[in-house]
Amino acid sequence: MSQADLNARIITATAAELGRAIAAGTWTSVQVTTAFLAQIDAVDDRVNAFVSVDREGALAAARRVDERIAAGERLGPLAGVPIAVKDLLCYQELPTTAGSRMLENWTPPYNSTVVQRLLDAGLVILGKTNLDEFAMGSSTETSAFGASHNPWDLDRIPGGSGGGSSAALAAHEAPLAIGTDTGGSIRQPASVTGTVGVKPTYGGVSRYGIIAMASSLDQCGPCARTVEDAALLHEVIAGHDPMDATSIDQPVPAVAEASRAGDVRGMRIGVVRELGGEGYAPGVEQRFDEAVELLRAQGAEVVEVSCPHFDQSLSTYYLIMPAEMSSNLARYDAMRYGLRVGDDGQNSAEQVMRLSRGAGFGSEAKRRIIIGTYALSAGYYDAYYGSAQKMRTLITRDFDAAFAQCDVLVSPSTPTTAFKLGERIDDPLAMYKADLCTIPSNLAGNASASFPCGTAPEDGLPVGFQVMAPPMADDRLYRVGAALERALATRGTSTVIPQLPGSLAEPSQEA
Amino acid sequence: MSASADELMDYDEVLDRFDPVMGLEVHVELNTATKMFCGCPTTFGAEPNTQVCPVCLGLPGSMPVVNGKAVESAIRIGLALNCEIAQWCRFARKNYFYPDMPKDYQISQYDEPIAFNGHLDVDVEGETFRIDIERAHMEEDTGKSLHVGGSTGRIQGAEYSLLDYNRCGVPLIEIVTKPIVGAGAKAPQVARAYVAHLRELLRALGVSDVRMEQGSLRCDANVSLMAKDATEFGTRTETKNVNSLRSVENALAFEMRRQAMVLAGGGRVKQETRHWNESQGNTSPGRSKETAEDYRYFPEPDLVPVAPATAWVEELRATLPEPPAQRMRRLAEQWQLGELELQAVISAGALDLIDATVTAGASPQAARKWWTGELLRRANEAGVDLADLGISPAQVAAVQGLVEAGTVNDKLARQVIEGVLAGEGEPAEVVESRGLAVVSDEGELSAAVDAAIAANPDVAAKIREGKVQAAGALIGSVMKAMRGQADAARVRELVLAKLAQS
Repeated sequence: MSQADLNARIITATAAELGRAIAAGTWTSVQVTTAFLAQIDAVDDRVNAFVSVDREGALAAARRVDERIAAGERLGPLAGVPIAVKDLLCYQELPTTAGSRMLENWTPPYNSTVVQRLLDAGLVILGKTNLDEFAMGSSTETSAFGASHNPWDLDRIPGGSGGGSSAALAAHEAPLAIGTDTGGSIRQPASVTGTVGVKPTYGGVSRYGIIAMASSLDQCGPCARTVEDAALLHEVIAGHDPMDATSIDQPVPAVAEASRAGDVRGMRIGVVRELGGEGYAPGVEQRFDEAVELLRAQGAEVVEVSCPHFDQSLSTYYLIMPAEMSSNLARYDAMRYGLRVGDDGQNSAEQVMRLSRGAGFGSEAKRRIIIGTYALSAGYYDAYYGSAQKMRTLITRDFDAAFAQCDVLVSPSTPTTAFKLGERIDDPLAMYKADLCTIPSNLAGNASASFPCGTAPEDGLPVGFQVMAPPMADDRLYRVGAALERALATRGTSTVIPQLPGSLAEPSQEA
Repeated sequence: MSASADELMDYDEVLDRFDPVMGLEVHVELNTATKMFCGCPTTFGAEPNTQVCPVCLGLPGSMPVVNGKAVESAIRIGLALNCEIAQWCRFARKNYFYPDMPKDYQISQYDEPIAFNGHLDVDVEGETFRIDIERAHMEEDTGKSLHVGGSTGRIQGAEYSLLDYNRCGVPLIEIVTKPIVGAGAKAPQVARAYVAHLRELLRALGVSDVRMEQGSLRCDANVSLMAKDATEFGTRTETKNVNSLRSVENALAFEMRRQAMVLAGGGRVKQETRHWNESQGNTSPGRSKETAEDYRYFPEPDLVPVAPATAWVEELRATLPEPPAQRMRRLAEQWQLGELELQAVISAGALDLIDATVTAGASPQAARKWWTGELLRRANEAGVDLADLGISPAQVAAVQGLVEAGTVNDKLARQVIEGVLAGEGEPAEVVESRGLAVVSDEGELSAAVDAAIAANPDVAAKIREGKVQAAGALIGSVMKAMRGQADAARVRELVLAKLAQS
């Protein structure tokens, strides 16, 4: 087999297949890692999925895994498999920028729990992926290091904030990626790139070492091209962490098993009435409805449910998130690390703080700091933050009532397919609406995921199918996702290889 | 501008015209082995920035985890102050920018303190005052700033500042009183007694080192004056840097006299933070509080609520020490102390030390004499607390034992103490190594007496004639020759015997 064919086979394989091939000695981790690095070289100048690539570190890690396997060690199912990590997770070997000028050259002195678990499981970290600044955005356009591009159409957004991770997967630059989801930052990018993204139950995956945006909403999760791959990664990163006081001390739901079963017979699936209709693209609604029918055909019982307070999700979210964020971003004050501006010996510490924050934060960060500071201010707290918390409780009760009738809830992941870069950047409200369907699960803390369900007839771009499950019932997401994946494969619509000139995913005809 | 003495109203006149209203906020650093939200050690005085980690440095991504021992201490303090203990409470973020606070917010408690609605009875000159406690809540300490250059030692005007984050994240309990009214002329004394009683209570609980000079017990003293016919409290000032019991009393008395002068002159007291200047005995204005800072408190989303089980709280209640006022009265009675003597003991922070010395076998009189005499003098000289002097109650009791056994006299005992403090070992070892034991070799002593008689024939003659009081000169001479290491009573016996006067 030619090198090109080998690379093509490697980068189009699933993570599960790669893990098996490496364990069996069919391929070495070095071969696999080399192939993905080559794809990055071939396409990332146009995709811009990565903020940093750790070529030598990745190859060294791959060699170590190969040596351990050669020595007869039995490692986990993803040992030796490369992965891309959102640049919001602390990793000692690379700068952690959060997509901000503020942290452009900051390399953390410690590893986040999730990164440590990846390393312990033998995964090979290729590099850090791009994101909206401090994970604030739905397009990666607020990143200080330039937007990422959707491999399906380079003029379009790859979603956000985790657009670097989703673009890397769709462009086959990595078989797995880590994302974080505060209002949809895993699921909306997955939706618009035709990939799988899971936001586990709040507290299911440790937040320790992940740069905080809104602490009560942030959750880290797996991103992949297949349901089983996401589940395998989920099992690596999930589970109680004593360093995160909000981490749940319970066994991890059996998600890998659920992803292999993919059985929805007898499951009650609730279609959320409020998440559809006006504002939803026809192709999105069409593919969503077809997906629901596919699940019904597989033996699921489909009902319609109403969650009346979901209409208030966006306004609730845009009070709670900026309030917490304004506090979480206070520490970037130039005193100990990060960008420092105006330290000329004349300016006071307070002036240096002001100048540095003025220079280091982009406009979206500033907008949210101002909104959040206002919402928490004396005299306004009750009207804004306080009432938002009450609405959050009502939204959670909507979920409770719905889950009393159904095993899972479903909706489109986002109202439209990928919009054009620049289309919404000057219209924050339009941008925020990309998270309309995903935000309720962040507010309630339950598990939620986006799975590909084909492409919209009008533009040929991917559509995402959102599944929501009760807290700590993450396995149900995977059962539904796997069932859908199989049904779509039967229909011949499972491909997630976008047209990307120069991609190694399609071997040259001459080879 | 700080008021000078002639701008102060005479204290008696203040009380004729006004009633003082006080409020005391005491911050207590807990003596837990690790910090409030991370595993860093809390040892005082370590090299700057050596007891830090990503959590207490507030590095991006780090998260706090509550120290269970600190919660236990908070509950025990609350119970000892007769507070109700919250069945469910949360931490809150207090948001403000300051370089010594790495997250630019402090994790504290706001409207849901762990303990609330309590009281502490304090004795002042035989009169009992009940101080009502508003709340006791948990929080983390900040780092320490050292502002270099500039005249004031404050951040304004400094050339640069050095920051030590070792203290950052050390567990603090803030204890806030309700307004203290009705203390009248005794108000400053009541405040002082409250802090002293609180210190004894915290020491007995074993939850803090309670060293005011090291900042492990810090007091902010609020006071306002209301005219005799007024129905509402006046405007208060908050005085900081009150680092000793004496300063609590003096700072409050000063503020009362200063405010009275402002009010009597038709002025208005400015609501502000003031700084107690120990050396000048006055207060000077600090940060103005006219525009109240908005801390934008909200529940800390990185922590789950604290919900102590009732059974646990009751278990902790069973470990409480005797209330301080009650204990002081009991010990004063047992030790036969007058009010002034008791106050001296409390001011010296010697109550527990004396108690332990008595337990180790010394008489209350001897124990008190050592701790409030020789040892207090040495502690003051060294600028340390009695408890840190380097001698234990058991060792003091041992020294007293040596005195009572006649092994050393009072003067030699002081040298034994000096040896113990110098790290030369237990009292008996110091006696041995320094050769301090009173000489009991009769032959040596007898020879010394003979030599003294021979050297002072005139004195000897007087004694022979019956002028026994002249013996003092010979005894002195012998003691000098023996370098003090003789039992003076035995020397006297020998002198008189040899001169046929016994």
